[in-house]
Amino acid sequence: MNNETNSATCACQTEAHVSGKKAKSGTPKMIVLGLVCVGIWYAIYSQLLPFSEWFSYALLGLSAESHLGSAVQFFVYDTPKVLMLLLIVVFFVGILRSFVTVDWTRRVLAGKKESVGNVLAALLGVVTPFCSCSAVPLFIGFMTAGVPLGVTFSFLISAPMVNEIALVLLYGLLGWKIAALYFVTGICVAIVAGWTMGRMKLENYVEDWVMAIRAGESGLSDQKMTWQQRFEYALDSVKDIVGRVWKYVVIGIAVGAGIHGYVPEGYLAGIMGDSSWWSVPLSVVIGIPMYTNAAGIIPIVEALLGKGAALGTVLAFMMSVIALSFPEMVILRKVLKPRLIAIFIGVVGCGILFVGYLFNAVI
Amino acid sequence: MKIQVMGPGCPKCAEAEKNVKEAVAEAGIEAEVIKVSDFQEIASFGVFSTPAVAIDGEVKVVGKAPSKKDVLKWLK
Repeated sequence: MNNETNSATCACQTEAHVSGKKAKSGTPKMIVLGLVCVGIWYAIYSQLLPFSEWFSYALLGLSAESHLGSAVQFFVYDTPKVLMLLLIVVFFVGILRSFVTVDWTRRVLAGKKESVGNVLAALLGVVTPFCSCSAVPLFIGFMTAGVPLGVTFSFLISAPMVNEIALVLLYGLLGWKIAALYFVTGICVAIVAGWTMGRMKLENYVEDWVMAIRAGESGLSDQKMTWQQRFEYALDSVKDIVGRVWKYVVIGIAVGAGIHGYVPEGYLAGIMGDSSWWSVPLSVVIGIPMYTNAAGIIPIVEALLGKGAALGTVLAFMMSVIALSFPEMVILRKVLKPRLIAIFIGVVGCGILFVGYLFNAVI
Repeated sequence: MKIQVMGPGCPKCAEAEKNVKEAVAEAGIEAEVIKVSDFQEIASFGVFSTPAVAIDGEVKVVGKAPSKKDVLKWLK
């Protein structure tokens, strides 16, 4: 477990890079360049599997049936695969994020009715650039814009929980079905938990000074970015995010490769399997005080699954680690009274438990 | 000139402050760099994402630590 609190606290810090000046329009050139890059990317990506087999079996002379051979091939295939997926996904999420600023999100959510607002907030939580050290300013921003409390919570839950790096890693290491499950259930927990909290009428448990604030006009709301600026912004976020997480990815895949090659299946089935009812709540309780970023938790997820733990139990563990982090609760304490924080943990925890039991029952 | 760096104290906020101070030193101008960590005051700027930098009350960047180059551009 890497407790990189510093880097993890700001795992998603980028926001629209807004410079007042208008850049020259280089749009057609940028698009051609972009297409060429995607073409090259695809050409390399499609050769990764044959390359890894050639490298491990022909060049190193390892046997495909041996422990070492399958571990090496797994590592040589998966490391560039996941890193390349990360590059392209972070880039396109970066382009998307250059449109969806926190300020824009705040304005969109301000006029929405509760149920629609919960759904929209959960979806926007995925793409809006925001980091946990911004949780308090963002909370104030939403409150002062008149966004209902429950809708704000849908956003605050989905933003850390459904994360593009986690998606890429899950897709790369465990396949698209598990990635899709993670995405859909994460969104659902955010919607239902936020909606439930909205029904509970908890406005009195927000610290009084927050409600009294008169926020200023946003200084940057109306500046448009050119396409060139959006590309630059996306490239910046690639450099920033991939530059920070690549080492965890490599370590994680190395661990995964070892498990893939050596650990017998079914190893953990007894403790974390779907036969023991208490494994889901236990994994949530263990998950809450742990704090790591998505890149740090997925290798553990893979290790647990590889050893025979049940999918629901592991998903519940992962979600509690990512969505209910202790440091974020400490930050939110500045604007929320303890009782509201307790309710927040309780409601989200119940949602995660439900997801855990559901998947253990269905799969 | 008054430069306000807004942020509760996360690593990105510290980076913003450092880059601003370096840019000010490099530009050789007279400027007061103030760290704002009070959320009420941050909200009064209409800033809902940190770090953020304002020069003479005008918000220049939100949610991102500006590079030294960015800051130098604003100081001109």
